[in-house]
Amino acid sequence: MPGLNDLYQEILLDHNSKPRNFRKLEEANRSADGYNPLCGDQIQLYLQVEDDKIIDVSFQGIGCAISRASASMLTQSVKGQSVERAQEIFDAFHTMLTEPDAELDYDTLDDLECLAGVSEFPTRIKCAVLAWHTLRAALDGKAEGVTTE
Amino acid sequence: MTTNVSGLDVARIREDFPVLHQMVNGKPLVYLDNAATTQKPQVVIDALVNYYTSDNSNVHRGVHTLSQRATEDFDMGRSKARQFLNAASDQEIIFVKGTTDGINLVAQSYARPNLGEGDDIIISTMEHHSNIIPWQVLCQEKGAHLRVIPISDAGELLIDEYEKMLTPRTKLVAITHVSNVLGTVNPIDQIVEIAHTRGVPVMVDGAQAVPHMAVDVQKLDCDFYVFSGHKIYGPTGIGVLYGKAELLDAMPPYQLGSEMIKSVTFEHTIYNDLPFKFEPGTPHIAGVIGMGVAIDYLNGIGLDRIDAYEHELLEYGMECLSGIGGVQLIGTAPGKSSVMSFVMDCAHPHDIGTILDTEGVAVRTGHHCAQPLMHRFGVPATARASLSFYNTKDEIDLLVKAIDRVIEVFS
Repeated sequence: MPGLNDLYQEILLDHNSKPRNFRKLEEANRSADGYNPLCGDQIQLYLQVEDDKIIDVSFQGIGCAISRASASMLTQSVKGQSVERAQEIFDAFHTMLTEPDAELDYDTLDDLECLAGVSEFPTRIKCAVLAWHTLRAALDGKAEGVTTE
Repeated sequence: MTTNVSGLDVARIREDFPVLHQMVNGKPLVYLDNAATTQKPQVVIDALVNYYTSDNSNVHRGVHTLSQRATEDFDMGRSKARQFLNAASDQEIIFVKGTTDGINLVAQSYARPNLGEGDDIIISTMEHHSNIIPWQVLCQEKGAHLRVIPISDAGELLIDEYEKMLTPRTKLVAITHVSNVLGTVNPIDQIVEIAHTRGVPVMVDGAQAVPHMAVDVQKLDCDFYVFSGHKIYGPTGIGVLYGKAELLDAMPPYQLGSEMIKSVTFEHTIYNDLPFKFEPGTPHIAGVIGMGVAIDYLNGIGLDRIDAYEHELLEYGMECLSGIGGVQLIGTAPGKSSVMSFVMDCAHPHDIGTILDTEGVAVRTGHHCAQPLMHRFGVPATARASLSFYNTKDEIDLLVKAIDRVIEVFS
């Protein structure tokens, strides 16, 4: 049984209590809504994308500590990146949570590695990936949004 | 060990439930998710095994011995359910898959033919989605209105508002007996009386009531009453719809097929009598038998004693939880049933649920299939500890300890 400390690491708790880029982005030219019907978590993700580069990103919404921290860390990790690089980060993050035996791309994950403990709590993986699926929907222009069901 | 004022030997009762005796995440299991489903006593498990081991056969068909045995036990299951609700006759007991299935039957077979454009159906703010959506969709289809009885901050129905809501256009009141989130016990006898003076029938969702109190449908005078077997310590996939015989008689069948017919030609079918008119196909025979044994088990302990003990436990639990700083209880109606929903300042219910689970404590977290009720209280979700007669004060102490751990993690 993995310990709670693996899940609720200090950096995660910090992002939960002080989420970064937690606001509506007035300059956004892409956005999407994400919803987890199981627990009611909802997120709105805003992106300002110019010439295939993510100039700015922000989020709003309500959710558990894991979904909130994951969204907050997402904004930090993709801000200033190319759309292609954001997709690589998405892939590395998704692999970390859903493929326990896979080799992790630590360079790409960077701080996101602190969410690795979530993979040991299968019922909580959806919380961690909600913002990321919403990011992809926004990048793909699916403003209708996603659900993690 | 009978340390409770109700005189229940809980230690002895716990021996009847094999699932309770296990470690979860290295801690003894504390199962407090009884409103979602209850655990099964060994006698119920044995009844299912025995049926499939010795008596498995189809019912009401064969002349052979096994079929006779299965039919006899199946029919006895119906009589037990009739006695459990104190219905007037076995014909008024329709076996369904569960509460949801029963409500859909009433919606499609009773309400649909009786509902017209501009008519009303009344429900309440504290309904489970399964007692909202069948009515909502039917109303949309028919151009009818869904009226919703408001509730107080404590979680009680505003009966005056309900009374004002009833009009000559009201075709049905569909209301829960006990709220799965708040634990509120609604005054069904009063609700029925008010509706009946205006000639409006009442359907009661009894899923959260029958595990906790003796229900007498004749005394309540409700027109329909629905519950699920798995919430009264029986199997999943089986439940009961009680309906007054004169209403059921006048209703068209809900689903069509074998067993629900008297005679068939390619031109014409004569439907069977009650209750078979509403039970096409081979029924959940093992489920009916298992549910019957669960009813016997509850009667063996006594619903009045269960009621008294669970209230004693609830009182202790409410006192403990309200004493924890940063914990807010949702649903504080007097005389409520043994359900404790709560939110915490420091943590989202989903995080509470995960941390409690690492302490071996099983609670439900989320919107509990009652999203409109969550909106009413302005919360996205709650954590819910729901108690059974096999729970103990020691387990509530463990719940409190686990909640302290949540505070520790998030402080």
